[in-house]
Amino acid sequence: MDLTLKIWRQASVDEDGKMVDYSISDVSPDMSFLEMMDMHNEQLINKGEDPVAFDHDCREGICGMCSMFINGEAHGPDRLVTTCQLHMRKFKDGDTIVIEPFRANAFPVIKDLAVDRSAFDRIQQAGGFVSVNTSGNTQDANAIPIDKHNADKAFDAATCIGCGACVASCKNASAMLFVSAKVSQYALLPQGKVEATDRVLNMVKQMDEEGFGNCTNTGACEVECPKGISLENIARMNSEYLYASLKG
Amino acid sequence: MSKLQSKVPEGPLAEKWTNHKSKINLVSPANKRSIDIIVVGTGLAGASASATLAELGYNVKTFCFQDSPRRAHSIAAQGGINAAKNYQGDGDSTYRLFYDTIKGGDYRSREANVYRLAEVSTNIIDQCVAQGVPFARDYGGLLDNRSFGGVLVSRTFYAKGQTGQQLLLGAYSAMNRQIARGKIKMYNRHEMMDLVVVNGKARGIISRNLVNGEIERHSAHAVVIASGGYGNVFFLSTNAMGSNVSASWKIHKRGAHFCNPCYTQIHPTCIPVSGEHQSKLTLMSESLRNDGRIWVPKRLEDVKAIRSGELKPTDLNENERDYYLERRYPAFGNLVPRDVASRAAKERCDAGFGVNKTGEAVYLDFADAITRYGKEQALVKGQDENDPLLVKKLGQEVVRAKYGNLFQMYEKIVDQNPYETPMMIYPAVHYTMGGVWVDYNLMTSIPGCYAIGEANFSDHGANRLGASALMQGLADGYFVLPYTIGDYLSDDIRTGPISTDTPEFESAEKEVINRIDSFINNKGKNSVDFYHKKLGKIMWDKCGMSRNTKGLKEAMIEIKELREDFYKNVSVPGSSKEFNEQLAKAGRVADFLELGELFAKDALERTESCGGHFREESQTPEGEALRDDKNFSFSSAWEYNGEPSKAKLHKEQLKFEAIEVKTRSYK
Repeated sequence: MDLTLKIWRQASVDEDGKMVDYSISDVSPDMSFLEMMDMHNEQLINKGEDPVAFDHDCREGICGMCSMFINGEAHGPDRLVTTCQLHMRKFKDGDTIVIEPFRANAFPVIKDLAVDRSAFDRIQQAGGFVSVNTSGNTQDANAIPIDKHNADKAFDAATCIGCGACVASCKNASAMLFVSAKVSQYALLPQGKVEATDRVLNMVKQMDEEGFGNCTNTGACEVECPKGISLENIARMNSEYLYASLKG
Repeated sequence: MSKLQSKVPEGPLAEKWTNHKSKINLVSPANKRSIDIIVVGTGLAGASASATLAELGYNVKTFCFQDSPRRAHSIAAQGGINAAKNYQGDGDSTYRLFYDTIKGGDYRSREANVYRLAEVSTNIIDQCVAQGVPFARDYGGLLDNRSFGGVLVSRTFYAKGQTGQQLLLGAYSAMNRQIARGKIKMYNRHEMMDLVVVNGKARGIISRNLVNGEIERHSAHAVVIASGGYGNVFFLSTNAMGSNVSASWKIHKRGAHFCNPCYTQIHPTCIPVSGEHQSKLTLMSESLRNDGRIWVPKRLEDVKAIRSGELKPTDLNENERDYYLERRYPAFGNLVPRDVASRAAKERCDAGFGVNKTGEAVYLDFADAITRYGKEQALVKGQDENDPLLVKKLGQEVVRAKYGNLFQMYEKIVDQNPYETPMMIYPAVHYTMGGVWVDYNLMTSIPGCYAIGEANFSDHGANRLGASALMQGLADGYFVLPYTIGDYLSDDIRTGPISTDTPEFESAEKEVINRIDSFINNKGKNSVDFYHKKLGKIMWDKCGMSRNTKGLKEAMIEIKELREDFYKNVSVPGSSKEFNEQLAKAGRVADFLELGELFAKDALERTESCGGHFREESQTPEGEALRDDKNFSFSSAWEYNGEPSKAKLHKEQLKFEAIEVKTRSYK
């Protein structure tokens, strides 16, 4: 396939960026999107130009490091995949592909397509844990049976990979889907209930301080989430938050 | 000749760890506050160690090259984690887990370490559940188990096909709690560039900030390396793109012995290579072999017809298929250990039975499992178990619930529906059993420098059983290192802060800067990947699933030549003062180019076959691996001596007190 790429180039956080056009040929439909980007970078290096910076690591859709806003969608046109699992067979010969970083005030651009998502870490540090020391002296793992339905729902929420697609897709750059996934995982398990009040209050407070926007229930986050995290989690977090505030 | 002190405690095997813990020195809570520890890497081992050391009161500085500790490649582990809980009542015990692991490792691991691993395995599950890790449960609300290769019990705990993710997020959450308390200082997007040794002790590291290129000095009373394995020396592997050997290799060059580098696990069930553009390979969890049956056609003409597209695999009936694992290993069938399954796939493909265009693929077929589950469901639901369409639908639902994410991943990559047609799989480099040599306390041959998780060599011998990597990473980080490190640090309670303003830091920093500048100023003609791919091809062709004297000798020469060419002709764009992935990669590939040669040397000198190391010269008439206990019952710890080819061998003899060493058979 022969393609035209329009790629956001930005040298650093302090400099202005712009879209730059490139053409690339002999792209195989079996390539992943990132393999196409590798090939493009190899060509840039051989021409003595600066390769395009982008984040990536596991390349099997689980580490959450790859990002990219492709043709107006986080992780591109396919559903339930990250950019590393998007394959070129989803595009046609002659296509123009527009590639931008995940954009949000809370995700400053580091270089080109790589952004700083450390705000997510700080939200987790505010309460995304159960306060139990690793002494090895906890009770037996089967001492508390957990209803399978709740365990499964907790698992579904826990599959969030922290990539930030929800934020990039939201017109308000809200992080509600991300935060609610963690809040829900613990709210659904007995181990997490003890600290539920402080957890939701602290995590939401940190989320607001990081500069993420509010949720207006458009549902774009759920559509673009590579792991299919459900909006139900946001509803659960809202109820947890209300309860915690009243209990306050 | 050997001066290696394994420091395995005296006493009966089952009491060694308990006795050792009771007798080693401790550091008081007040003194822990004045001791700093550096941890490099945030996978299961690094994250769990960081969290636990911080809980104990030490000041921890943790480094990862990714943008967040949660991204480390433990996250990609799919199938599960072993623990001798015996929840299924199928006869499991600490001893049996220990025995299976020793046997699975082909009697090339250190007995006392493996027993300790089995012993603490049950604590791991308790700990993770307490942290809120959502393991799979049954309808009674209790934890569910599945079975993995090389064992005859169900002891594997899992969270669908995302067990590594859930365990890592558990350890990451424990870290977050300590980061919030200020006990862990986290350095994301930082790479360790060298170890600083002062008066023979590890006292710090030089790091590079990957965002702005700044070189930094960090001091500590001890340094823990938890940077994972070196599978990426093969270029194509199931490792993450950034996974590298550099932290381990730097400490090796500073005096830590590197042990058994040739023990590499080639995992049998990965998605086959599709073309030259391939940047990495994707694993399909071993758990799939619980329900999938592996086969190739019996007749070569059927293979040809399948390759040309005239015939579909589903057109072949039972008698026309060769379920070669069930044929060769009736006792374990499709659940033989990984090394055995991989070699068997290679044997069939080398004989011309590979089922895809490249001739390097076999089938993993779920049709029987779908029918079996479908009939069971039909019965449970009171529906017609003789209606094939209904049975198929119900069976597919069960398989989807068990392996849904893996099937989806396969479909996205290969563009075929594995519910309807068998998966195609082929072995790929996955895990490295070899690594930095450590004693029983997990300390390397440099005092104060530790290695944990995949980065060390100790627990898996020549082959690792499935669902044991997660177990080892967490055992080392949560339950072993935090005890043993105190024994060493108890001598450091009066040391006070370590200054970074010393000649040792100065010279290490200078070496790092010179090396970076030499890459940037080289202005050669070939990219870093050009060399990485060439190295990978030499490794796969000559140090891969089967090895021989001629190939290994050639590999040593070719890798050395490639390394020399790399330093002359590599091209690294950009500058050292910016976000420059090519520069970071250049340093990692340079280290792989040295490790590769030591790997080949190690494989050359070990003329026996064992576990993942198969020497063509050492096999039975049936083509099974032939071990040579008389001459090779030792671990090969290599001391750096200027050049990989000149490394000096130290042998740690393996003594087995509690078990009888036998020929490993899965027939």
